[in-house]
Amino acid sequence: MGELLAPRESLGEAHGRSRASLPLPGRLAARGGRRGQSNQARETRAAWMFIAPWVVGFLVFTAGPMLASLVLSFTDYSLVGQTRGVGADNYRQLLEDPRVAQSLLNTFVYAALFVPVGTCVALGLAMLLARVGRASGFFRTAFYLPEMTPAVAAAALFLLLLNGQTGLVNTVLGWFGIDGPNWTTDPNWLKPSLAMVSLWSMGGTIVIYLAAIKNVPRQLYEAAQLDGAGPVRRFFHVTLPMISGAVFFTVITNTIAALQMFDQAYTMFYGPQQKATASDESLVFMVYLFQNAFQYFKMGYASAMAWLLFVIILLITLVQLRVGNRFVHYEGDQR
Amino acid sequence: MSGPGLAPSPRLAPRLAHAAYLVVLLAATAAFVYPLLWLVSASLKPKSEVFDNRLIPRHVQWSNFVEVWQAGPVLRWLLNSVTVGIMAATAVTISSALVAFGFAYFRFRFRGLLFGLVLSTMMLPGAVTMIPVYLIWNRIGLVDTQVPLWGQNLFGTAFYIFLLRQFFLGVPRELFEAARVDGCGYFGLFRRIALPLCRPALVIVFVFELKASWSDLMKPLIYLQTPEYFTMPRGLKQIIDSYALSGEYHWEIAMAATLIATLPMIIAFAFAQRHILDGIATSARQG
Repeated sequence: MGELLAPRESLGEAHGRSRASLPLPGRLAARGGRRGQSNQARETRAAWMFIAPWVVGFLVFTAGPMLASLVLSFTDYSLVGQTRGVGADNYRQLLEDPRVAQSLLNTFVYAALFVPVGTCVALGLAMLLARVGRASGFFRTAFYLPEMTPAVAAAALFLLLLNGQTGLVNTVLGWFGIDGPNWTTDPNWLKPSLAMVSLWSMGGTIVIYLAAIKNVPRQLYEAAQLDGAGPVRRFFHVTLPMISGAVFFTVITNTIAALQMFDQAYTMFYGPQQKATASDESLVFMVYLFQNAFQYFKMGYASAMAWLLFVIILLITLVQLRVGNRFVHYEGDQR
Repeated sequence: MSGPGLAPSPRLAPRLAHAAYLVVLLAATAAFVYPLLWLVSASLKPKSEVFDNRLIPRHVQWSNFVEVWQAGPVLRWLLNSVTVGIMAATAVTISSALVAFGFAYFRFRFRGLLFGLVLSTMMLPGAVTMIPVYLIWNRIGLVDTQVPLWGQNLFGTAFYIFLLRQFFLGVPRELFEAARVDGCGYFGLFRRIALPLCRPALVIVFVFELKASWSDLMKPLIYLQTPEYFTMPRGLKQIIDSYALSGEYHWEIAMAATLIATLPMIIAFAFAQRHILDGIATSARQG
């Protein structure tokens, strides 16, 4: 990059110098230009060199593929054999395919379990962490540890922990007299199982909340206390508004991630051996999309599914932004 | 006890509260950490005892880790994961930093528009581009090699570009101006000023990507067919499928493989723990 930039810069230099032979007024203008205009041109050129990787990547790996994907979604492309345009057939089929509806529902249920529960649990733990002083460092590390576990490993581990008969989770529930369900085989409990795996590895959210809470100015609490606000009101009227930006950020990113969840579901419930026994109750949208694209090679149909997912994510995010902006409190310079 | 309402409680109450907080936090710690201890234990048990939930195995069966080696080229997979992870993390850190500096330092036409475009790609689900990108790699003949697992990282990633730009914007502009006066070129500004001052941010990007790459299952599923090329998660999935879920229920071997896939990241975390956790905290604040 350095070698690339250097000659460019000297080129700009030479360009500026060549104007020195202009008649006087022009020369003056050129002088001004060397500081202003041609400097500007040089800067623009350098800027484009810096952002070139992204521009190339955007064209080759984002814009181009988006266009291609859109085109594919109107064909029956399948990697081999002839490809025909099929008009909007793929999209029509999306509406009729019961597994699309089922997998969308599963994904929504999973997200609706994981995001709110995760947000509340993380908030609660972060609030407690903020109150135990220096010990919070130890807990913070402990909470984050599972997030370093690869999703496949976490899923495999929980397949055993959630075992209906002898799993650790049901054993612990048994201590409290609760008869735990068959988490991994009962069709009604597959999505809560998936949510549980994700809950286990959400330490990052806790770390973010803790940092946000620690950032709330002390004086605000003192003022609230002077006004007679108890701990509950202090939480809802001071802490929550002050960290609403962080909460909002994690809710949006966690939702987007949840709608695209794949690793856990695929590890726990899908694979060459499981096709026959797999229940559609655990079929999340990305798993079905992956199966269509790379197992059944219905790439046209899978492309249509991808666009459906894009529209859904876009809509949900827009709604969240709309709702969020009403509640989120931004401090001064943060817009 | 002074006036009502704002009375500071007598000494006992805060201590009790503090103790209660610690109890809840310890319970949560158990929930987060115990499964990992359970994993270590299960990986050492004989097949019949995997589900007995004892922390200390009744019989320690080290041979599980020998059998894992026979179940698949695990060492190879680990090395593959390390290679892919380092390639992916290095590529994305360098490219994202370059692009981020371009957007942070320079003022040029269309900058706002382009940066908006960068941000908007964050909302694009990978699924939309997944198939055509596969077709590109297929056309170049790089399917069933590890290149597609990191190749795209050479072009930067929206989130990291955004993050690093925030950090670069935090560098006082006078530093750059002074260096310019001293005859420093634009690339010099980037390498000698921006990068050293933002090293913590670079570490965060590197670690995040390493973690993401180490955990990724979908790309290896799409791109790799030859078992020797598998990354650890892909290999682990294969061992789980063929040893445990196939009806043979050799969970002790699956758990040994799971532990092998998990341990390197835990060890890495132990070394860089402070860095990572503080980094997440600050990066969220930037966001």
